[in-house]
Amino acid sequence: MKSGPLAYLLLAAGILVLATTPLYADNYVVRTAAIVAMYGALATSWNFIGGFTGYPSFSTAAFFGLGCYVGAICQRAGVPMIAAWLIATLMVGVFAALLGAIILRLRGHYFAIGSIAVVEVCRLVVSSWSSLTGGGDGLNLPLLHWPPEELMRFFLFVMLGILVLSLIATFLVDRARLGFGLRCIHQNEDAAAMVGIDTTRYKVAAYTLSAIFCAAAGAAYASWTGYIDPTESFQILMTVKVPVMAMLGGAGTLAGPFLGAAAFVLLEEVFWANFLDWNRAILGVVIVLLVFFLPGGLLSLHLRRRAKSGGAA
Amino acid sequence: MSTSTTGDAILKLDGVSKTFGGLKALTDVSFALQPGEVVGLIGPNGAGKTTLVNVVTGNLRPSSGSILFEGKDVAAQKPHEAARRGLARTFQIVQPFPQMTVLENVTAGALFGGGAASVGDARDMARTSLDFVGLAPLADRPAAQLALAARKRLELAKSLAMNPKVLMLDEVNAGLNSSEIDGALALIRSIAERGVTVLIIEHLMKVVLSLSKRLLVLHHGQMIADGPSREIVADERVIEAYLGQKYAAKLKERHHG
Ligand SMILES: Nc1ncnc2c1ncn2[C@@H]1O[C@H](COP(=O)(O)OP(=O)(O)O)[C@@H](O)[C@H]1O
Ligand SMILES: [Mg+2]
Repeated sequence: MKSGPLAYLLLAAGILVLATTPLYADNYVVRTAAIVAMYGALATSWNFIGGFTGYPSFSTAAFFGLGCYVGAICQRAGVPMIAAWLIATLMVGVFAALLGAIILRLRGHYFAIGSIAVVEVCRLVVSSWSSLTGGGDGLNLPLLHWPPEELMRFFLFVMLGILVLSLIATFLVDRARLGFGLRCIHQNEDAAAMVGIDTTRYKVAAYTLSAIFCAAAGAAYASWTGYIDPTESFQILMTVKVPVMAMLGGAGTLAGPFLGAAAFVLLEEVFWANFLDWNRAILGVVIVLLVFFLPGGLLSLHLRRRAKSGGAA
Repeated sequence: MSTSTTGDAILKLDGVSKTFGGLKALTDVSFALQPGEVVGLIGPNGAGKTTLVNVVTGNLRPSSGSILFEGKDVAAQKPHEAARRGLARTFQIVQPFPQMTVLENVTAGALFGGGAASVGDARDMARTSLDFVGLAPLADRPAAQLALAARKRLELAKSLAMNPKVLMLDEVNAGLNSSEIDGALALIRSIAERGVTVLIIEHLMKVVLSLSKRLLVLHHGQMIADGPSREIVADERVIEAYLGQKYAAKLKERHHG
Protein backbone atom coordinates (compact mmCIF):
# COMPACT_ATOMS: atom_id res chain seq x y z
CA MET A 1 0.00 0.00 0.00
CA LYS A 2 1.55 3.28 -1.09
CA SER A 3 0.61 6.79 -0.03
CA GLY A 4 -0.43 8.95 -2.97
CA PRO A 5 0.72 12.54 -3.60
CA LEU A 6 -2.35 13.86 -1.78
CA ALA A 7 -1.29 12.02 1.35
CA TYR A 8 2.23 13.47 1.23
CA LEU A 9 0.78 16.93 0.68
CA LEU A 10 -1.58 16.57 3.64
CA LEU A 11 1.27 15.24 5.75
CA ALA A 12 3.56 18.16 4.96
CA ALA A 13 0.72 20.66 5.43
CA GLY A 14 -0.29 19.03 8.71
CA ILE A 15 3.20 19.22 10.17
CA LEU A 16 3.58 22.81 8.98
CA VAL A 17 0.29 23.83 10.59
CA LEU A 18 1.26 22.19 13.88
CA ALA A 19 4.73 23.76 13.88
CA THR A 20 3.42 27.27 13.26
CA THR A 21 0.65 27.30 15.89
CA PRO A 22 2.83 29.23 18.41
CA LEU A 23 3.00 32.12 15.92
CA TYR A 24 -0.70 32.81 15.83
CA ALA A 25 -2.64 30.71 18.31
CA ASP A 26 -3.22 30.66 22.05
CA ASN A 27 -1.78 28.18 24.51
CA TYR A 28 -4.76 25.85 24.32
CA VAL A 29 -4.29 25.42 20.57
CA VAL A 30 -0.54 24.91 20.91
CA ARG A 31 -1.21 22.27 23.55
CA THR A 32 -3.67 20.53 21.21
CA ALA A 33 -1.06 20.68 18.45
CA ALA A 34 1.46 18.99 20.75
CA ILE A 35 -1.10 16.29 21.57
CA VAL A 36 -1.77 15.77 17.85
CA ALA A 37 1.95 15.41 17.23
CA MET A 38 2.28 12.97 20.11
CA TYR A 39 -0.59 10.77 18.98
CA GLY A 40 0.73 11.06 15.44
CA ALA A 41 4.04 9.62 16.65
CA LEU A 42 2.25 6.86 18.59
CA ALA A 43 0.10 5.89 15.60
CA THR A 44 3.07 6.03 13.21
CA SER A 45 4.95 3.72 15.60
CA TRP A 46 2.05 1.30 15.82
CA ASN A 47 2.08 1.17 12.03
CA PHE A 48 5.34 -0.86 12.03
CA ILE A 49 3.74 -3.83 13.74
CA GLY A 50 0.04 -3.26 13.03
CA GLY A 51 0.17 -1.74 9.56
CA PHE A 52 3.22 -3.25 7.86
CA THR A 53 3.28 -6.60 9.62
CA GLY A 54 -0.46 -7.03 10.22
CA TYR A 55 -0.10 -7.98 13.88
CA PRO A 56 -2.92 -6.30 15.85
CA SER A 57 -0.82 -4.93 18.69
CA PHE A 58 -2.39 -3.24 21.69
CA SER A 59 0.88 -2.65 23.51
CA THR A 60 1.17 1.07 22.81
CA ALA A 61 0.23 2.16 26.33
CA ALA A 62 2.71 -0.30 27.85
CA PHE A 63 5.60 1.24 25.92
CA PHE A 64 4.34 4.76 26.56
CA GLY A 65 3.86 4.10 30.28
CA LEU A 66 7.23 2.43 30.70
CA GLY A 67 8.78 5.35 28.84
CA CYS A 68 7.13 7.72 31.35
CA TYR A 69 8.48 5.78 34.31
CA VAL A 70 12.01 5.06 33.09
CA GLY A 71 12.37 8.73 32.10
CA ALA A 72 10.95 9.94 35.42
CA ILE A 73 13.09 7.62 37.52
CA CYS A 74 16.24 8.65 35.63
CA GLN A 75 15.44 12.33 35.97
CA ARG A 76 14.79 11.95 39.69
CA ALA A 77 18.18 10.27 39.96
CA GLY A 78 19.74 13.40 38.51
CA VAL A 79 20.12 12.35 34.87
CA PRO A 80 19.64 15.39 32.57
CA MET A 81 16.21 15.49 30.92
CA ILE A 82 17.15 14.66 27.34
CA ALA A 83 19.58 11.92 28.42
CA ALA A 84 16.73 10.46 30.49
CA TRP A 85 14.52 10.34 27.40
CA LEU A 86 17.23 8.55 25.46
CA ILE A 87 17.75 6.01 28.23
CA ALA A 88 13.98 5.42 28.39
CA THR A 89 13.85 4.88 24.62
CA LEU A 90 16.75 2.45 24.70
CA MET A 91 15.54 0.46 27.68
CA VAL A 92 11.98 0.14 26.43
CA GLY A 93 13.37 -0.87 23.02
CA VAL A 94 15.32 -3.71 24.64
CA PHE A 95 12.27 -4.65 26.69
CA ALA A 96 10.11 -4.78 23.53
CA ALA A 97 12.66 -6.93 21.71
CA LEU A 98 12.78 -9.46 24.55
CA LEU A 99 9.01 -9.42 25.03
CA GLY A 100 8.41 -9.62 21.28
CA ALA A 101 10.49 -12.78 20.99
CA ILE A 102 7.92 -14.37 23.31
CA ILE A 103 4.51 -12.94 22.41
CA LEU A 104 5.06 -12.76 18.64
CA ARG A 105 4.73 -16.54 18.64
CA LEU A 106 1.03 -15.86 19.04
CA ARG A 107 -1.01 -14.96 16.00
CA GLY A 108 -4.27 -13.13 15.31
CA HIS A 109 -6.66 -12.75 18.25
CA TYR A 110 -4.26 -14.50 20.60
CA PHE A 111 -1.57 -11.95 19.85
CA ALA A 112 -4.06 -9.11 20.31
CA ILE A 113 -5.06 -10.41 23.74
CA GLY A 114 -1.45 -11.10 24.71
CA SER A 115 -0.39 -7.60 23.70
CA ILE A 116 -3.19 -5.95 25.69
CA ALA A 117 -2.33 -8.08 28.72
CA VAL A 118 1.17 -6.59 28.58
CA VAL A 119 -0.32 -3.17 29.37
CA GLU A 120 -2.14 -4.48 32.44
CA VAL A 121 0.85 -6.47 33.68
CA CYS A 122 3.12 -3.42 33.33
CA ARG A 123 0.60 -1.26 35.16
CA LEU A 124 0.32 -3.79 38.00
CA VAL A 125 4.07 -4.18 38.35
CA VAL A 126 4.60 -0.42 38.36
CA SER A 127 1.85 0.18 40.95
CA SER A 128 3.13 -2.57 43.23
CA TRP A 129 6.82 -1.71 43.07
CA SER A 130 6.38 1.28 45.36
CA SER A 131 10.00 1.63 46.46
CA LEU A 132 11.02 2.46 42.90
CA THR A 133 7.88 3.91 41.34
CA GLY A 134 6.03 5.48 44.24
CA GLY A 135 3.19 2.99 43.64
CA GLY A 136 -0.29 4.49 43.36
CA ASP A 137 0.95 7.85 44.65
CA GLY A 138 2.85 8.42 41.46
CA LEU A 139 6.10 10.33 40.94
CA ASN A 140 6.95 14.01 40.74
CA LEU A 141 9.54 15.12 38.22
CA PRO A 142 11.93 18.06 38.49
CA LEU A 143 9.94 21.11 37.42
CA LEU A 144 10.97 23.21 34.47
CA HIS A 145 10.88 26.83 35.57
CA TRP A 146 10.03 28.30 32.20
CA PRO A 147 7.25 30.68 31.20
CA PRO A 148 4.12 28.68 30.17
CA GLU A 149 4.30 29.71 26.50
CA GLU A 150 7.92 28.72 26.24
CA LEU A 151 7.27 25.39 27.96
CA MET A 152 4.38 24.63 25.63
CA ARG A 153 6.38 25.59 22.55
CA PHE A 154 9.32 23.46 23.67
CA PHE A 155 7.19 20.34 24.11
CA LEU A 156 5.34 20.97 20.86
CA PHE A 157 8.68 20.84 19.06
CA VAL A 158 9.82 17.80 21.05
CA MET A 159 6.67 15.90 20.08
CA LEU A 160 6.99 17.09 16.47
CA GLY A 161 10.60 15.92 16.51
CA ILE A 162 9.59 12.44 17.68
CA LEU A 163 6.83 12.38 15.04
CA VAL A 164 9.24 13.36 12.27
CA LEU A 165 11.77 10.73 13.39
CA SER A 166 9.06 8.07 13.37
CA LEU A 167 8.04 9.17 9.86
CA ILE A 168 11.64 9.07 8.63
CA ALA A 169 12.01 5.58 10.10
CA THR A 170 8.81 4.54 8.33
CA PHE A 171 10.05 5.99 5.05
CA LEU A 172 13.36 4.14 5.31
CA VAL A 173 11.83 0.84 6.43
CA ASP A 174 9.24 1.00 3.67
CA ARG A 175 11.98 1.15 1.02
CA ALA A 176 14.29 -1.39 2.62
CA ARG A 177 14.47 -5.15 2.80
CA LEU A 178 12.84 -4.96 6.24
CA GLY A 179 9.67 -3.28 4.99
CA PHE A 180 9.35 -5.67 2.09
CA GLY A 181 9.76 -8.62 4.41
CA LEU A 182 7.20 -7.26 6.88
CA ARG A 183 4.66 -6.80 4.11
CA CYS A 184 5.29 -10.39 3.00
CA ILE A 185 4.67 -11.58 6.57
CA HIS A 186 1.44 -9.58 6.61
CA GLN A 187 0.22 -11.29 3.45
CA ASN A 188 1.25 -14.85 4.24
CA GLU A 189 3.61 -15.71 7.05
CA ASP A 190 4.27 -19.30 5.95
CA ALA A 191 5.09 -18.22 2.42
CA ALA A 192 7.34 -15.51 3.86
CA ALA A 193 9.38 -18.11 5.74
CA MET A 194 9.45 -20.26 2.63
CA VAL A 195 11.14 -17.54 0.56
CA GLY A 196 13.82 -17.15 3.22
CA ILE A 197 12.53 -14.43 5.55
CA ASP A 198 13.56 -14.91 9.17
CA THR A 199 10.02 -14.12 10.28
CA THR A 200 10.75 -14.09 14.02
CA ARG A 201 13.61 -11.60 13.67
CA TYR A 202 11.59 -9.37 11.34
CA LYS A 203 8.57 -9.34 13.62
CA VAL A 204 10.74 -8.55 16.63
CA ALA A 205 12.30 -5.66 14.68
CA ALA A 206 8.83 -4.31 13.84
CA TYR A 207 7.61 -4.67 17.42
CA THR A 208 10.74 -2.91 18.71
CA LEU A 209 10.32 -0.07 16.23
CA SER A 210 6.70 0.22 17.35
CA ALA A 211 7.94 0.63 20.93
CA ILE A 212 10.82 3.10 20.80
CA PHE A 213 8.93 6.18 19.60
CA CYS A 214 6.17 5.48 22.13
CA ALA A 215 8.78 5.30 24.87
CA ALA A 216 10.36 8.57 23.75
CA ALA A 217 6.95 10.24 23.66
CA GLY A 218 6.12 8.83 27.11
CA ALA A 219 9.35 10.06 28.66
CA ALA A 220 8.87 13.52 27.15
CA TYR A 221 5.24 13.57 28.28
CA ALA A 222 6.33 12.81 31.86
CA SER A 223 8.77 15.73 31.83
CA TRP A 224 6.09 17.93 30.32
CA THR A 225 3.38 17.22 32.91
CA GLY A 226 5.80 16.99 35.84
CA TYR A 227 3.83 14.23 37.52
CA ILE A 228 2.94 10.65 36.53
CA ASP A 229 0.91 7.85 38.09
CA PRO A 230 0.14 4.28 36.95
CA THR A 231 -3.46 4.86 35.78
CA GLU A 232 -2.52 7.90 33.71
CA SER A 233 0.56 6.26 32.21
CA PHE A 234 -0.89 2.87 31.28
CA GLN A 235 -4.30 3.67 29.79
CA ILE A 236 -6.26 0.94 28.06
CA LEU A 237 -8.11 3.74 26.28
CA MET A 238 -4.84 4.94 24.71
CA THR A 239 -3.90 1.43 23.66
CA VAL A 240 -7.20 1.10 21.78
CA LYS A 241 -7.29 4.65 20.44
CA VAL A 242 -3.90 4.54 18.74
CA PRO A 243 -4.63 1.59 16.41
CA VAL A 244 -8.01 3.15 15.62
CA MET A 245 -6.26 6.37 14.63
CA ALA A 246 -3.82 4.51 12.38
CA MET A 247 -6.64 2.57 10.72
CA LEU A 248 -8.71 5.70 10.37
CA GLY A 249 -5.97 7.29 8.28
CA GLY A 250 -4.85 4.10 6.57
CA ALA A 251 -2.75 1.39 8.20
CA GLY A 252 0.37 0.41 6.31
CA THR A 253 0.77 3.81 4.60
CA LEU A 254 3.36 6.45 5.45
CA ALA A 255 1.03 9.40 6.02
CA GLY A 256 -2.15 7.61 7.10
CA PRO A 257 -1.49 7.05 10.81
CA PHE A 258 -0.52 10.69 11.42
CA LEU A 259 -3.50 12.00 9.45
CA GLY A 260 -5.81 9.61 11.30
CA ALA A 261 -4.40 10.76 14.62
CA ALA A 262 -4.90 14.41 13.66
CA ALA A 263 -8.49 13.80 12.55
CA PHE A 264 -9.23 11.79 15.67
CA VAL A 265 -7.74 14.26 18.19
CA LEU A 266 -9.50 17.20 16.54
CA LEU A 267 -12.83 15.34 16.53
CA GLU A 268 -12.26 14.40 20.12
CA GLU A 269 -11.47 17.98 21.13
CA VAL A 270 -14.72 19.14 19.54
CA PHE A 271 -16.78 16.41 21.15
CA TRP A 272 -14.89 16.48 24.42
CA ALA A 273 -15.80 20.10 24.88
CA ASN A 274 -19.41 19.72 23.82
CA PHE A 275 -20.48 16.19 24.60
CA LEU A 276 -18.39 15.07 27.53
CA ASP A 277 -20.52 12.01 28.30
CA TRP A 278 -20.55 10.80 24.74
CA ASN A 279 -16.83 10.52 24.24
CA ARG A 280 -16.48 6.76 24.55
CA ALA A 281 -19.70 6.11 22.68
CA ILE A 282 -18.28 8.14 19.82
CA LEU A 283 -15.03 6.16 19.90
CA GLY A 284 -17.13 2.99 19.69
CA VAL A 285 -19.08 4.29 16.72
CA VAL A 286 -15.86 5.30 14.94
CA ILE A 287 -14.46 1.79 15.46
CA VAL A 288 -17.60 0.11 14.13
CA LEU A 289 -17.76 2.39 11.08
CA LEU A 290 -14.07 1.76 10.38
CA VAL A 291 -14.32 -1.99 10.59
CA PHE A 292 -17.40 -2.23 8.42
CA PHE A 293 -17.06 0.56 5.90
CA LEU A 294 -13.49 1.76 5.71
CA PRO A 295 -11.03 -1.05 6.24
CA GLY A 296 -8.43 0.88 4.20
CA GLY A 297 -8.85 4.15 6.15
CA LEU A 298 -9.92 7.63 5.08
CA LEU A 299 -7.19 7.93 2.45
CA SER A 300 -8.56 4.86 0.69
CA LEU A 301 -11.73 6.85 -0.03
CA HIS A 302 -9.72 9.14 -2.24
CA LEU A 303 -7.80 6.25 -3.82
CA ARG A 304 -10.99 4.33 -4.45
CA ARG A 305 -12.59 7.25 -6.18
CA ARG A 306 -9.47 7.69 -8.29
CA ALA A 307 -9.43 4.01 -9.20
CA LYS A 308 -13.08 4.24 -10.21
CA SER A 309 -12.67 7.28 -12.42
CA GLY A 310 -9.44 5.78 -13.83
CA GLY A 311 -11.30 2.58 -14.72
CA ALA A 312 -14.09 4.50 -16.45
CA ALA A 313 -11.73 6.62 -18.53
CA MET B 1 19.94 -48.95 -9.08
CA SER B 2 19.71 -47.35 -5.67
CA THR B 3 22.08 -44.46 -5.10
CA SER B 4 21.47 -44.01 -1.40
CA THR B 5 24.92 -45.24 -0.45
CA THR B 6 26.92 -42.79 -2.55
CA GLY B 7 28.92 -40.25 -0.56
CA ASP B 8 28.48 -37.02 -2.51
CA ALA B 9 24.69 -36.88 -2.36
CA ILE B 10 23.29 -33.36 -2.19
CA LEU B 11 20.39 -34.45 0.01
CA LYS B 12 20.42 -37.58 2.12
CA LEU B 13 17.75 -38.81 4.51
CA ASP B 14 18.63 -41.56 6.93
CA GLY B 15 15.99 -43.34 8.99
CA VAL B 16 13.65 -40.37 9.12
CA SER B 17 10.42 -40.86 11.06
CA LYS B 18 7.65 -38.45 11.91
CA THR B 19 4.72 -39.16 14.19
CA PHE B 20 1.70 -36.97 14.85
CA GLY B 21 0.44 -38.10 18.24
CA GLY B 22 -0.12 -41.79 17.60
CA LEU B 23 -0.13 -41.52 13.83
CA LYS B 24 3.03 -42.61 12.05
CA ALA B 25 3.17 -40.31 9.03
CA LEU B 26 6.74 -41.36 8.13
CA THR B 27 8.53 -44.50 9.24
CA ASP B 28 12.26 -44.96 8.82
CA VAL B 29 12.52 -43.22 5.45
CA SER B 30 15.96 -43.24 3.80
CA PHE B 31 17.05 -42.07 0.37
CA ALA B 32 19.61 -39.82 -1.29
CA LEU B 33 19.50 -37.41 -4.21
CA GLN B 34 22.53 -36.83 -6.41
CA PRO B 35 23.25 -33.32 -7.70
CA GLY B 36 21.33 -32.64 -10.91
CA GLU B 37 19.07 -35.64 -10.56
CA VAL B 38 15.35 -35.48 -11.35
CA VAL B 39 13.50 -37.90 -9.11
CA GLY B 40 9.80 -38.61 -8.78
CA LEU B 41 8.21 -39.26 -5.41
CA ILE B 42 4.88 -40.99 -5.72
CA GLY B 43 2.39 -42.48 -3.35
CA PRO B 44 -1.36 -42.50 -2.77
CA ASN B 45 -3.10 -39.70 -0.89
CA GLY B 46 -2.13 -39.72 2.77
CA ALA B 47 1.10 -41.63 2.09
CA GLY B 48 3.19 -38.95 3.79
CA LYS B 49 4.62 -37.14 0.75
CA THR B 50 3.84 -33.63 1.94
CA THR B 51 5.02 -34.53 5.43
CA LEU B 52 8.32 -35.65 3.91
CA VAL B 53 8.77 -32.30 2.17
CA ASN B 54 7.83 -30.45 5.36
CA VAL B 55 10.43 -32.38 7.30
CA VAL B 56 13.15 -31.64 4.73
CA THR B 57 12.40 -27.91 4.60
CA GLY B 58 12.18 -27.40 8.35
CA ASN B 59 8.42 -26.84 8.45
CA LEU B 60 8.30 -29.94 10.68
CA ARG B 61 10.97 -31.45 12.94
CA PRO B 62 11.53 -35.16 12.28
CA SER B 63 10.79 -37.34 15.31
CA SER B 64 13.99 -39.24 14.58
CA GLY B 65 16.56 -39.77 11.85
CA SER B 66 19.00 -37.46 10.11
CA ILE B 67 18.73 -35.17 7.11
CA LEU B 68 21.98 -34.21 5.42
CA PHE B 69 22.11 -31.36 2.93
CA GLU B 70 25.50 -31.02 1.27
CA GLY B 71 26.88 -33.18 4.05
CA LYS B 72 25.52 -31.03 6.87
CA ASP B 73 22.82 -32.22 9.28
CA VAL B 74 19.90 -29.85 8.80
CA ALA B 75 17.16 -31.71 10.68
CA ALA B 76 16.78 -28.83 13.15
CA GLN B 77 16.72 -26.00 10.61
CA LYS B 78 13.96 -23.40 10.30
CA PRO B 79 12.12 -22.94 7.00
CA HIS B 80 13.90 -19.68 6.20
CA GLU B 81 17.27 -21.34 6.77
CA ALA B 82 16.34 -24.11 4.37
CA ALA B 83 15.37 -21.51 1.79
CA ARG B 84 18.66 -19.65 2.13
CA ARG B 85 20.66 -22.87 1.90
CA GLY B 86 19.10 -23.62 -1.45
CA LEU B 87 16.36 -26.02 -0.41
CA ALA B 88 13.27 -24.60 -2.09
CA ARG B 89 9.80 -26.05 -2.25
CA THR B 90 6.42 -25.26 -3.64
CA PHE B 91 3.32 -25.85 -1.58
CA GLN B 92 0.62 -28.29 -2.63
CA ILE B 93 -1.85 -25.52 -1.88
CA VAL B 94 -0.26 -22.51 -3.58
CA GLN B 95 0.88 -19.81 -1.18
CA PRO B 96 1.22 -16.46 -2.94
CA PHE B 97 1.33 -13.04 -1.28
CA PRO B 98 -2.18 -12.36 -2.57
CA GLN B 99 -2.27 -8.56 -2.63
CA MET B 100 1.20 -8.15 -4.04
CA THR B 101 1.79 -8.15 -7.75
CA VAL B 102 3.22 -11.15 -9.52
CA LEU B 103 6.52 -9.27 -9.85
CA GLU B 104 6.62 -8.43 -6.14
CA ASN B 105 5.93 -12.05 -5.24
CA VAL B 106 8.92 -13.23 -7.23
CA THR B 107 11.05 -10.31 -6.04
CA ALA B 108 10.52 -11.57 -2.49
CA GLY B 109 12.01 -14.92 -3.51
CA ALA B 110 15.04 -13.27 -5.11
CA LEU B 111 15.59 -10.81 -2.27
CA PHE B 112 15.38 -13.12 0.72
CA GLY B 113 16.13 -16.56 -0.67
CA GLY B 114 18.19 -15.71 -3.75
CA GLY B 115 20.72 -13.51 -2.01
CA ALA B 116 20.02 -10.35 -4.06
CA ALA B 117 22.03 -7.40 -2.80
CA SER B 118 19.19 -4.89 -3.00
CA VAL B 119 15.49 -4.64 -3.75
CA GLY B 120 16.39 -3.33 -7.22
CA ASP B 121 18.67 -6.29 -7.99
CA ALA B 122 16.00 -8.63 -6.71
CA ARG B 123 13.47 -7.08 -9.07
CA ASP B 124 15.81 -7.69 -12.03
CA MET B 125 16.30 -11.31 -10.99
CA ALA B 126 12.53 -11.63 -10.63
CA ARG B 127 11.94 -10.39 -14.17
CA THR B 128 14.34 -12.99 -15.54
CA SER B 129 12.56 -15.71 -13.68
CA LEU B 130 9.13 -14.46 -14.81
CA ASP B 131 10.36 -14.51 -18.41
CA PHE B 132 11.56 -18.05 -17.89
CA VAL B 133 8.17 -19.35 -16.72
CA GLY B 134 6.26 -17.21 -19.23
CA LEU B 135 4.52 -14.98 -16.72
CA ALA B 136 6.15 -11.71 -17.77
CA PRO B 137 2.94 -10.36 -19.35
CA LEU B 138 1.15 -10.72 -16.00
CA ALA B 139 3.94 -9.14 -13.94
CA ASP B 140 1.85 -6.24 -12.65
CA ARG B 141 -1.28 -8.19 -11.78
CA PRO B 142 -2.11 -8.85 -8.14
CA ALA B 143 -1.32 -12.51 -7.47
CA ALA B 144 -4.83 -13.14 -6.16
CA GLN B 145 -6.25 -12.49 -9.64
CA LEU B 146 -4.35 -15.31 -11.34
CA ALA B 147 -6.01 -18.53 -12.47
CA LEU B 148 -4.74 -21.75 -10.93
CA ALA B 149 -2.32 -22.68 -13.71
CA ALA B 150 -0.73 -19.22 -13.60
CA ARG B 151 -0.53 -19.38 -9.81
CA LYS B 152 1.39 -22.62 -10.03
CA ARG B 153 3.76 -20.97 -12.48
CA LEU B 154 4.12 -18.12 -10.06
CA GLU B 155 5.15 -20.59 -7.35
CA LEU B 156 7.75 -21.97 -9.75
CA ALA B 157 9.04 -18.51 -10.65
CA LYS B 158 9.27 -17.61 -6.97
CA SER B 159 11.25 -20.74 -6.13
CA LEU B 160 13.50 -20.28 -9.16
CA ALA B 161 14.30 -16.72 -8.15
CA MET B 162 15.67 -18.21 -4.95
CA ASN B 163 18.45 -19.94 -6.93
CA PRO B 164 17.70 -23.31 -5.38
CA LYS B 165 20.04 -26.27 -5.40
CA VAL B 166 17.24 -28.68 -4.61
CA LEU B 167 13.68 -27.91 -5.63
CA MET B 168 10.80 -29.94 -4.26
CA LEU B 169 7.57 -29.62 -6.18
CA ASP B 170 4.57 -30.78 -4.18
CA GLU B 171 1.86 -31.74 -6.65
CA VAL B 172 2.39 -28.75 -8.92
CA ASN B 173 0.24 -30.45 -11.53
CA ALA B 174 -2.77 -31.15 -9.34
CA GLY B 175 -5.89 -29.41 -10.61
CA LEU B 176 -4.42 -28.59 -14.03
CA ASN B 177 -5.90 -29.80 -17.31
CA SER B 178 -3.80 -31.92 -19.63
CA SER B 179 -2.49 -29.11 -21.81
CA GLU B 180 -1.59 -27.12 -18.73
CA ILE B 181 0.18 -30.18 -17.36
CA ASP B 182 2.19 -30.47 -20.58
CA GLY B 183 3.24 -26.84 -20.20
CA ALA B 184 4.23 -27.35 -16.59
CA LEU B 185 6.20 -30.49 -17.40
CA ALA B 186 8.11 -28.70 -20.15
CA LEU B 187 8.92 -25.99 -17.66
CA ILE B 188 10.10 -28.45 -15.02
CA ARG B 189 12.28 -30.11 -17.64
CA SER B 190 13.95 -26.81 -18.46
CA ILE B 191 14.48 -26.12 -14.76
CA ALA B 192 16.20 -29.49 -14.45
CA GLU B 193 18.36 -28.66 -17.46
CA ARG B 194 19.81 -25.75 -15.51
CA GLY B 195 21.29 -28.29 -13.13
CA VAL B 196 18.77 -27.94 -10.31
CA THR B 197 18.13 -31.17 -8.44
CA VAL B 198 14.38 -31.74 -8.65
CA LEU B 199 12.11 -33.90 -6.54
CA ILE B 200 8.68 -34.07 -8.14
CA ILE B 201 5.93 -35.19 -5.83
CA GLU B 202 2.83 -36.57 -7.46
CA HIS B 203 0.09 -38.96 -6.63
CA LEU B 204 -0.45 -39.67 -10.34
CA MET B 205 2.26 -41.99 -11.55
CA LYS B 206 2.11 -41.22 -15.24
CA VAL B 207 2.90 -37.53 -14.77
CA VAL B 208 6.32 -38.22 -13.28
CA LEU B 209 7.24 -41.03 -15.64
CA SER B 210 7.94 -38.67 -18.50
CA LEU B 211 10.34 -36.64 -16.37
CA SER B 212 12.27 -38.83 -14.03
CA LYS B 213 14.34 -41.90 -14.61
CA ARG B 214 14.20 -42.70 -10.93
CA LEU B 215 11.16 -43.10 -8.71
CA LEU B 216 10.63 -43.26 -4.97
CA VAL B 217 7.41 -44.78 -3.72
CA LEU B 218 5.92 -43.92 -0.37
CA HIS B 219 3.07 -45.95 1.09
CA HIS B 220 1.67 -45.59 4.60
CA GLY B 221 4.73 -43.54 5.49
CA GLN B 222 7.20 -46.18 4.35
CA MET B 223 9.51 -46.05 1.37
CA ILE B 224 8.44 -49.23 -0.38
CA ALA B 225 10.49 -48.77 -3.54
CA ASP B 226 13.42 -46.74 -4.88
CA GLY B 227 14.83 -47.39 -8.33
CA PRO B 228 14.61 -46.89 -12.08
CA SER B 229 11.13 -45.85 -13.17
CA ARG B 230 10.68 -48.78 -15.60
CA GLU B 231 11.28 -51.33 -12.84
CA ILE B 232 9.19 -49.49 -10.30
CA VAL B 233 6.05 -49.35 -12.42
CA ALA B 234 6.23 -53.12 -12.84
CA ASP B 235 6.83 -53.70 -9.11
CA GLU B 236 4.04 -55.75 -7.57
CA ARG B 237 4.04 -53.96 -4.26
CA VAL B 238 3.75 -50.62 -5.99
CA ILE B 239 0.87 -51.76 -8.15
CA GLU B 240 -0.79 -53.15 -5.05
CA ALA B 241 -0.34 -49.94 -3.15
CA TYR B 242 -1.89 -48.03 -6.00
CA LEU B 243 -4.58 -50.27 -7.34
CA GLY B 244 -5.39 -52.55 -4.45
CA GLN B 245 -4.63 -56.23 -4.02
CA LYS B 246 -7.49 -57.62 -6.09
CA TYR B 247 -6.71 -55.55 -9.11
CA ALA B 248 -3.01 -56.36 -8.87
CA ALA B 249 -3.81 -60.08 -8.82
CA LYS B 250 -6.02 -59.71 -11.89
CA LEU B 251 -3.31 -57.81 -13.70
CA LYS B 252 -0.80 -60.53 -12.87
CA GLU B 253 -3.16 -63.24 -14.14
CA ARG B 254 -3.55 -61.41 -17.40
CA HIS B 255 0.23 -61.05 -17.78
CA HIS B 256 0.87 -64.70 -17.16
CA GLY B 257 -2.17 -66.04 -18.98
N1 LIG C 1 0.21 -31.44 10.82
C1 LIG C 1 -0.36 -32.67 10.89
N2 LIG C 1 -0.92 -33.08 12.04
C2 LIG C 1 -1.48 -34.31 12.12
N3 LIG C 1 -1.52 -35.20 11.13
C3 LIG C 1 -0.97 -34.84 9.96
C4 LIG C 1 -0.36 -33.56 9.77
N4 LIG C 1 0.12 -33.48 8.50
C5 LIG C 1 -0.18 -34.65 7.93
N5 LIG C 1 -0.83 -35.48 8.79
C6 LIG C 1 -1.26 -36.85 8.52
O1 LIG C 1 -0.13 -37.55 8.03
C7 LIG C 1 -0.51 -38.42 6.98
C8 LIG C 1 0.28 -38.10 5.73
O2 LIG C 1 -0.18 -36.87 5.21
P1 LIG C 1 0.49 -36.13 3.98
O3 LIG C 1 1.95 -36.06 4.22
O4 LIG C 1 -0.23 -34.86 3.76
O5 LIG C 1 0.18 -37.15 2.79
P2 LIG C 1 0.29 -36.92 1.22
O6 LIG C 1 0.94 -35.62 0.96
O7 LIG C 1 1.08 -38.09 0.75
O8 LIG C 1 -1.11 -36.97 0.70
C9 LIG C 1 -2.02 -38.28 6.79
O9 LIG C 1 -2.65 -39.30 7.51
C10 LIG C 1 -2.29 -36.93 7.42
O10 LIG C 1 -3.60 -36.88 7.91
MG1 LIG D 1 0.31 -34.00 -0.09
